[in-house]
Amino acid sequence: MKLSRKFLNEVIDINDIDTNTLANELVLVGNEYESIYKLSNATNIIVGNVLEAYPHPNSDHLTVCKVDVGDYTLQILCGAPNVRANIKVMVALSNAVLPSGITILKREIRGLESNGMICSLAELGIEHKYLTEEDKSGIHILPNDAKVGEDALKYLQLDDEVIDFELTANRGDLMSILGFAYEVGAVFNKKVKPLEYKLNNEVDDINNYMSLTVDTSNCPLYLGRGVKNIKIGESPIFLKSRLIASGIRPINNVVDISNYVMLLFGTPLHFFDMDGLNKNILVRMASNNEEIVTLDKNKRILDNSDIVITSDNKPIALAGVMGGLDSEIENTTTNVFIESAIFNPVSIRKTAKKILKSEASNRFEKGIDKCRCYMAIDYACYLLEKYASGEVIKNTLIHDAILNEEKIISITLNKISSILGIDLELNYVVSLFNRLNFTTKTKDNTIFVTVPTYRLDISIEEDLIEEIGRLNKMDNLESKMPIMPLKAGSYEKEYYKKSQIKARLTALGLFEVVTYTLVDNDMVNNFNNNNKEIISILDPLSADKKYLRTSLIPSLLNVLNYNVAHGIKDIDIFEISDVYYDKDKYTPLLTILTNGNYMTNELYKLNINNNFYLLKGIVENLFNYLGLSNRYDFKVTEIPHYFHPYCSSSIILDNEVIGFIGLIHPNVSKDKVYGLEINLDKILNIEIRGIKNKEVSKYPSIKKDLAIIVDKNIMAKDLIKTIKNSGKKLLEEVSIFDIYEGDKIDNDKMSIAFSLKFSDSNKTLTEIEVMDIFNNIINDLVNKHHAILRDK
Amino acid sequence: MKEDLLKVKLAFDNELENVNDVKELGELRIKYLGKKGLITDILKKMSELNIEEKKSFGASLNIVKEEITKKIDENFTKLNSLGLNEKLESERIDISLPSISLKVGSVHPLTKVTNTILDLFISLGYDVVSGPEVETDLYNFEMLNLPLSHPARDAQDSFYITDETLLRTQTSPVQIRSMLKNVNKDAIRIICPGKVYRRDNDDATHSHQFMQIEGLVVDKDVSLANLKGTLEVLAKTLFGSDRIIRFRPSFFPFTEPSVEVDVSCFKCGGEGCNVCKKTGWIEILGAGMVHPNVLKGCGYDTNIYRGFAFGIGIERIAMLKYGINDIRDLYTNDLRFLNNYNRIDGDK
Repeated sequence: MKLSRKFLNEVIDINDIDTNTLANELVLVGNEYESIYKLSNATNIIVGNVLEAYPHPNSDHLTVCKVDVGDYTLQILCGAPNVRANIKVMVALSNAVLPSGITILKREIRGLESNGMICSLAELGIEHKYLTEEDKSGIHILPNDAKVGEDALKYLQLDDEVIDFELTANRGDLMSILGFAYEVGAVFNKKVKPLEYKLNNEVDDINNYMSLTVDTSNCPLYLGRGVKNIKIGESPIFLKSRLIASGIRPINNVVDISNYVMLLFGTPLHFFDMDGLNKNILVRMASNNEEIVTLDKNKRILDNSDIVITSDNKPIALAGVMGGLDSEIENTTTNVFIESAIFNPVSIRKTAKKILKSEASNRFEKGIDKCRCYMAIDYACYLLEKYASGEVIKNTLIHDAILNEEKIISITLNKISSILGIDLELNYVVSLFNRLNFTTKTKDNTIFVTVPTYRLDISIEEDLIEEIGRLNKMDNLESKMPIMPLKAGSYEKEYYKKSQIKARLTALGLFEVVTYTLVDNDMVNNFNNNNKEIISILDPLSADKKYLRTSLIPSLLNVLNYNVAHGIKDIDIFEISDVYYDKDKYTPLLTILTNGNYMTNELYKLNINNNFYLLKGIVENLFNYLGLSNRYDFKVTEIPHYFHPYCSSSIILDNEVIGFIGLIHPNVSKDKVYGLEINLDKILNIEIRGIKNKEVSKYPSIKKDLAIIVDKNIMAKDLIKTIKNSGKKLLEEVSIFDIYEGDKIDNDKMSIAFSLKFSDSNKTLTEIEVMDIFNNIINDLVNKHHAILRDK
Repeated sequence: MKEDLLKVKLAFDNELENVNDVKELGELRIKYLGKKGLITDILKKMSELNIEEKKSFGASLNIVKEEITKKIDENFTKLNSLGLNEKLESERIDISLPSISLKVGSVHPLTKVTNTILDLFISLGYDVVSGPEVETDLYNFEMLNLPLSHPARDAQDSFYITDETLLRTQTSPVQIRSMLKNVNKDAIRIICPGKVYRRDNDDATHSHQFMQIEGLVVDKDVSLANLKGTLEVLAKTLFGSDRIIRFRPSFFPFTEPSVEVDVSCFKCGGEGCNVCKKTGWIEILGAGMVHPNVLKGCGYDTNIYRGFAFGIGIERIAMLKYGINDIRDLYTNDLRFLNNYNRIDGDK
């Protein structure tokens, strides 16, 4: 909402408040603004009279003008095509500064002196969209009553300042000059000037021309009046400049009056060319596929959620949104039918979204005060009589289904004070209400507040408390910590576990990334394991944000590729995010991708590659950290198609597959990317054992190495399991230190070497005791796995 | 014999002065104290003396022997340490060579900011609660006092999945879920982090996906002044202990009164600079007293209970706190960008 200072000053005296103060005080009561600016930044522009104009002898487009600027006559060279003798023009004198930054100086052009500049409106900073065709291409010609030598901006009332507000959605009342006047009145403790208007001469009776029927509850108020024999012409200066300041293009006196009244009262009016209408006006819902050609010459197909104004049942306007072409006001219009109405905001919102959002639809959406509708239609008649020589037709067509009820809200002083957290005096609170133009009655500490009809946003006690809080200046509110029982704050279990996982993974060298939930078709369908039911957005912003992802792997691959493309090749990243599919269910996923080296240093000859076993180590480290040791396993089972079928494994927790780990399939990524995907659901909710102290053996341990030859397809973990089972309690540790396949042994065999460590927490083990167990282990390996002991 | 002893002593002192290393010292020890050494020789000759002489000479001999032994030991220690020093010196390294950089990752800056905020509120007795991102229209709008007709719904254009479900546009529906879940309809103190979605085209300051943290207190006697006290602590935690905040009235359908919260500019301290657009204040979040319709809708008796709530945009806080100019940088995940946040936050 662009608030013109001059416009506001018509209804409340703000001569003693500068524009910055006005704006900043309004911010503190909740009305933010985007900018403050002067309508024109030009200085030193005065009215001049062109006495003579003749072509420049050395130029084919310049005109030499002798311009009377009051005390003297100046020679000014002008390039505009419409300059001529005997017109009043705007002259930028020597030293004038134009909004473009140009300073006008005396100068010579092709041998003749020019002492100033004859200006166009654009040169004064008025945007092109507000200009007439003539003004767009030439200098502005002033009306003859402009006095030579006076300030031209002042004469055109362009010496105005504008505050461009960003209003909150609840304050529909501030979409009017009158509404702002009450707000300013409350803030600065001033009274709004009464609007005075009187119709001089009413003729005929509207009922002889038109009849009104409203056949929908979506139009609770419809008022219609008529004005005859109007003369379409140019608007008076004040009307044009107010519209320009408010961001609306002046068109002609009649259209401008309609817009001016909307700006003043906040009630959009619609003017119909009465000669294009039949007698019967009917307001109803459109039927499906009904058509109307709107005034932008587009054919619109309607449905039964649109409200239409019809004449003889034929749509003549889309209520609140756009008029029809047939009844548009044109230069030949002489009789006008005025509509002032209230339409259902939801219906207007829907229609406007489909067709066009406008100043009018915006106001209808936010709600309209009925009293203002009555005032506005009469005020429009008054202006048409005054500025378009119209004859106002007697009486108003009225459909009014809104109850006339006073809105009285009672509230106690105690409630106001306790919710705001400050002690306030009754008299002070009452005075604040009165400043807002709310009338009050008090009984003990209860205040009965009557809210004016234009404040549609106020209906409960809390709304009144906000008004007091606002006017009492919230920025002065004292900070007080709440007094509440002491209690321990806590993490939701799942959230805590996720944080712990992040902490451990970052300690292990991984970087957390955050990526988008919404993905494109490929990202969702190429990574859909188990035919999940994909969730899609009804009306996506774009094709690449259409689906809710079910896997994080494609998102992390994008991150990986981005980094590789930017020269970063060693990548270890993870993301934890919920994914959604199959309606109403969500799954917390952990995904890791690694690429290149995990750790490398050429100077010190250090190199650890990212590979399956490193990633497996990360998972095991994580699981052990989460208290899950001995409960997880890695098994070769069915693997999702985006993993390498022979370099991947499933991850098992308590005998249940919870995820997959391995090399990403070469069809998906050409780089050797290792990844894992775990459904965290189980891990986040699982119960884990507490930490129990383990006695550390004080006695020395004995080490034994063991090398065996077994079939290649035997899995290492099965051998270790056998060793552990037969080693029992005294076997403290078992590790593999060598694996060999090659010339020295059969093709289908491998040699595998273990290092075993024995100890007893109660005594020093003897060699004999150890050999006993060691031999048992060998026997079990031979029996269970057909192992052959390798020569030492 | 006494003279012999004196000669031996003098000779030892002379020779000791010429000893240069441990090896020579060892030879010197053998020469004087060895089985065939000079001192031992004299000792052997003592048998020629009578008892009286033996006594007095024996004492002198012992003194000399002890002195020699002591001097040799001392010199051993001295020479040993000289040798070690030489050895150590030969092992000198260039400490200015680059270190071996260890592999440690870091959480995303959005997580970092979230953690800071959660830590504060946990210390104030709040519980961390989360909720689903695919939410019902009922919880996301309707029960937050945003009926279908409400014009404020336009400001939150949403990604609908069906007519009744959508990607949540705010973390506020977690409030609704928590209040509905509270069987006794009594006090609540929660802080709810999570992702939210709005139909915005991504640019430097807009993102169709971002993170919010919602705070809610429901209690018998909480006020707007209490909300301000709480948020002032938050502002100090995030932007430094000398920050203050101010409230500006605003409008949110689910709070009444509603406020926007500005923090005094952490760059200029309130004098006006480019960060605060010369106003001295920076808008950081929206808040207010929970609208009675919201409380009533969740079964609370508004004659007894009321509440305050606030919603923080994590991206905005991160951008302000760290000086990030483009919100998309947070979602690009350039490892060079992320690694910059691999440290603790500073004091200012």
